[in-house]
Amino acid sequence: MTQVFFDIMAATIIGGALGVVLIRNVVHAALFLIMSLMGVAGVYILLSVEFLALVQVLIYGGAVAVLIIFALMLTRVGELKQKLDGDQRPLAAVAALTLLGAFATVMYKTTWPRDPGQLTVVPFDTIGTALFNRWAVPFEVASGVLLVALVGAVVLAMQEEGER
Amino acid sequence: MEVVSQEIPLEHFVMLSMVLFSIGVYGVLARRNAVLILMSVELMLNAVSINLVAFAVYTAPSLFVGIIFAIFVITIAAAEVGLALAVVLRVFRNRGTSNVDEVNALKW
Repeated sequence: MTQVFFDIMAATIIGGALGVVLIRNVVHAALFLIMSLMGVAGVYILLSVEFLALVQVLIYGGAVAVLIIFALMLTRVGELKQKLDGDQRPLAAVAALTLLGAFATVMYKTTWPRDPGQLTVVPFDTIGTALFNRWAVPFEVASGVLLVALVGAVVLAMQEEGER
Repeated sequence: MEVVSQEIPLEHFVMLSMVLFSIGVYGVLARRNAVLILMSVELMLNAVSINLVAFAVYTAPSLFVGIIFAIFVITIAAAEVGLALAVVLRVFRNRGTSNVDEVNALKW
């Protein structure tokens, strides 16, 4: 049963990802990206990390998807028919397949435990406690990074005086 | 902490993550629209997150460092998307295109 769910989620993720990199319509590519990222949320649930699944849906399904669709709208790439892929496309495919082959070789040479074993469910409060104790400094640094990125994005996207 | 038995072997998650990462690499290299490249980068980041969480849950569940790492990856990815899209908007406003191969002012 779990395996079936995993297969469905994997098909969703891989299908969505292929849609993102292959399709010719940018808005459809954005929708495929959402599909793929929601599949990742399902995988997090399979790994019994519900917190990350919720965060994934909130941040990727909400914030990032809206941002990307807004950017597509503002840069108006959907209006004119244009080539979305560069001339280097065959080379890119070769590079990606080489990388995949290297990964597969490493995976093949690694001895994996035959028994999947047991899986520990990490509860919400444990993650929260760890985040605010052991990982408090990185947590604060991350909030600083977010603040700087926010201000930077506003400054960059702001219309300057005399511009249009 | 509750312990449940697991049916799916770890390597299935690793395989999924490696295929997803390769697709992301292809997208970054093949696409010429900056927003599409950014979307492919998101795919790669998610592949890494799956890997981190899978290894954390299977090999070191009492530490769950990988889960914390994945939270930080998501945080930084959100900041990165916001900034990168602001840069894309600025480039589009200044040069009228968001295709990376047409933005070649620094190319000799």
